[in-house]
Amino acid sequence: MAALINVPPKAKRGDIVEIKTLMSHIMETGFRRTAAGELVPRNIITSFSCTYNGVEVFRADLFPAIAANPFITFSTIATESGTFEFHWIGDRGFAESASASITVE
Amino acid sequence: MSEKESTRRQFLAITVSTAIIGVAPILAVPAQATPDTLAAAIREVVGGSVVHTGKVKLEVPPLVENGNTVPITVSVANPMTEADHVKSIHIFNEKNPLPNVGNFYLGVRAGRAQVSTRIRLADSQKIVVIAKLSDGSFWSTTADVVVTLAACTEDVI
Repeated sequence: MAALINVPPKAKRGDIVEIKTLMSHIMETGFRRTAAGELVPRNIITSFSCTYNGVEVFRADLFPAIAANPFITFSTIATESGTFEFHWIGDRGFAESASASITVE
Repeated sequence: MSEKESTRRQFLAITVSTAIIGVAPILAVPAQATPDTLAAAIREVVGGSVVHTGKVKLEVPPLVENGNTVPITVSVANPMTEADHVKSIHIFNEKNPLPNVGNFYLGVRAGRAQVSTRIRLADSQKIVVIAKLSDGSFWSTTADVVVTLAACTEDVI
């Protein structure tokens, strides 16, 4: 499991910063069948959230229609230096997190 | 491999015939969202509110070669102030097995109402995006996408 996070390391106070996130995950839809005709059980990430110094700034509900290795880009206002925490939660007890720091001048 | 080739050929044949007729056919996909389930999924989000057209901009390629990963960007032309901001963005589709694609919750701190991701499309279809504003109003836009290789329901290789 690996997460790729892109957060600008520095920003001016009040700037809008773009955050790009990618989590490696198969995102099995639950609608595909094997050659034997058996349905492959669903295995997806269902929820993603981002907190900025402990306060949630972005959240998403994901469905099977999100492509494998969910890539999500969003933005936030740089208010203070600190840490972004990212959480992915999914089927079969999937829970991953990552963090990135930003220096706000 | 040869079996895969033939299904692909059949699919292309259907796609081409569709293009000639110019009408979106309902393909025999085992499970798919219908306009009814799409409407139900939208109702779940908006309740009984009126959905206005406008404000929302949906960037998605009109012709997609591989439905397994379709880049999509949604932006809402609306200020992001305490008094007036975008609360959430909801993406729906017409013909995947499920009508929902994703719900994205933003807030004042987003600064800009824009979200990008990559989605799957099981068929050539219409994508509907609805944005909820802080005043409780809903705004939407739609886009038609032609998909040559479908996602979601294909056989596992």
